[in-house]
Amino acid sequence: MLSNLEKELIKLIAGMDDVPKGGAFSIRRDGDGSLRSSSANIIVEGREDKRGINVKIKPGTKNETLYIPVLITKEGHNELVYNHFEIGEDSDVTIIAGCGIHNPGTEKSQHDGIHEFHLQKNSKLKYVEKHFAQGPAEGKKIFNPKTIMTVEEGGTAELELVQIKGVDKTKRDTQVILKDGAKVINVERMLTDYDQEAESVIDVEMRGKDSTCQIISRSVARGNSRQYFDLNMSGYNECRGHIQCDSIIMDSAQVVAVPKVSAFHVDAQLIHEAAIGKIASDQLIKLKSLGLTEEEAEAKILAGFLK
Amino acid sequence: MLEIKDLRFTVQKDGQDFHILKKINLSFEDNKFYVITGPNGGGKSTLAKIIMGIEQPSSGQIILNGEDITEKDITERAKMGIGYAFQTPPRFKGVKVQDLLEISANKTINPCEILHDVGLCAQDYLEREIDGSLSGGELKRIEIATIIARDLKVAVFDEPEAGIDLWSFQKLSETFKKLHEKYKTTIIIISHQERIINLSEEVIVIAEGNIKEITTKEEILKDFEKQSPGFGCDFNENCEKGTV
Repeated sequence: MLSNLEKELIKLIAGMDDVPKGGAFSIRRDGDGSLRSSSANIIVEGREDKRGINVKIKPGTKNETLYIPVLITKEGHNELVYNHFEIGEDSDVTIIAGCGIHNPGTEKSQHDGIHEFHLQKNSKLKYVEKHFAQGPAEGKKIFNPKTIMTVEEGGTAELELVQIKGVDKTKRDTQVILKDGAKVINVERMLTDYDQEAESVIDVEMRGKDSTCQIISRSVARGNSRQYFDLNMSGYNECRGHIQCDSIIMDSAQVVAVPKVSAFHVDAQLIHEAAIGKIASDQLIKLKSLGLTEEEAEAKILAGFLK
Repeated sequence: MLEIKDLRFTVQKDGQDFHILKKINLSFEDNKFYVITGPNGGGKSTLAKIIMGIEQPSSGQIILNGEDITEKDITERAKMGIGYAFQTPPRFKGVKVQDLLEISANKTINPCEILHDVGLCAQDYLEREIDGSLSGGELKRIEIATIIARDLKVAVFDEPEAGIDLWSFQKLSETFKKLHEKYKTTIIIISHQERIINLSEEVIVIAEGNIKEITTKEEILKDFEKQSPGFGCDFNENCEKGTV
């Protein structure tokens, strides 16, 4: 059903080979969201008011995966999509999102997505969103994902947000509110090159008692690319939070990391670690002394760092 | 055979020349076990780095099996069968122990066996990242494992015992012995440890950039004992001999 190009993209961003034979999914192709299916426990519906989908995951749903990749293979295609996810109590599910753009022309193609998540009590969600773009340099490829999430009592959200490569401009905006005993692990990996620009703003509010937050951000900036990280964590209750922000800077790239931890409660324990640096020469020497060339060693270090 | 001919290494600091190595001549025979010892700052580590190609000598030649390798870079030397275990190994965020062992091995290896040889349990370590979560001792043992994993002509270890606890150190000595018996590798270890010196067939003493002496383990240990009671003892100055 998918073209070879679409298959290539969907494999990269969602690890899929084609349209699934069963289960819950929604594949959006150049603005067409009709390729959609629900399962017994995961209901996927188109929205009447706005472009996008409403997803309802029934309470107690376990070990199910929902695939919602977005594919753009036209030049000049711009879209803003609203998705809403209701994750039922005591469920444990995975959502594989992601967007792949192949822009064959000179007009920009852009995907902006607003994802709202509501995780009910004791639910568990793993959410993976990978971005990839390709095509001639003239046609810009732009992604602006916004994630708004509330995690109710005892819920856990694991977010993996990855920019593989080829994205000219991105602004990620992630906002999370944690209630009592709720937990979020936000892993971000980003690669920029050439004249690409990337900005990531993460804001986690730990409102509930015993809520925990871990933000791990790893990035590699090459060429003339620019990256900006604004990672914020606020503790309003007895809570624990840890931000690790690591960047490898290369060539003429620029990286700015702005750390912010705010405590509004005496038992809020918040840590921020940020490091920016080039690849350490002893790492290169070590790998070369095992027989790798300088280029192979560099590729190995970067692949590990962004894995 | 690895030959070092008229090797000098000079650095400039504040317009002044510092001679780190002054005309070193050495021959390392195949499948022989050497220990290089001597006071700190004497030039031992510099020599090891020059053998691996990490530092370039100011003058002189390095010859491996008749071929002049002085101009060869690190990668070329690695491919020719030279290996070097760092005194302070680097950490790699995101790279797993298994990944590094796979890069190291140019033949099919059993990573479990190699980790066992350095006193680590494969189940616990193969999936671990080589990052800040590993202790200095663990990192050091993994470093040694990356050298054991390779089929080398010459293996240079720069103070492998540093940072390793006593129990593991005993295991490590056995590993070096096994390595020596099993493969036809020329082993060169920079060390101050009696247990390692005891494994050697020849001991080279380097001090102030010169070869002070080429001797045997029996002679060197006798000398050390005379100069400093308790030298080379596993407990260093904490044992009874050391406190005399």
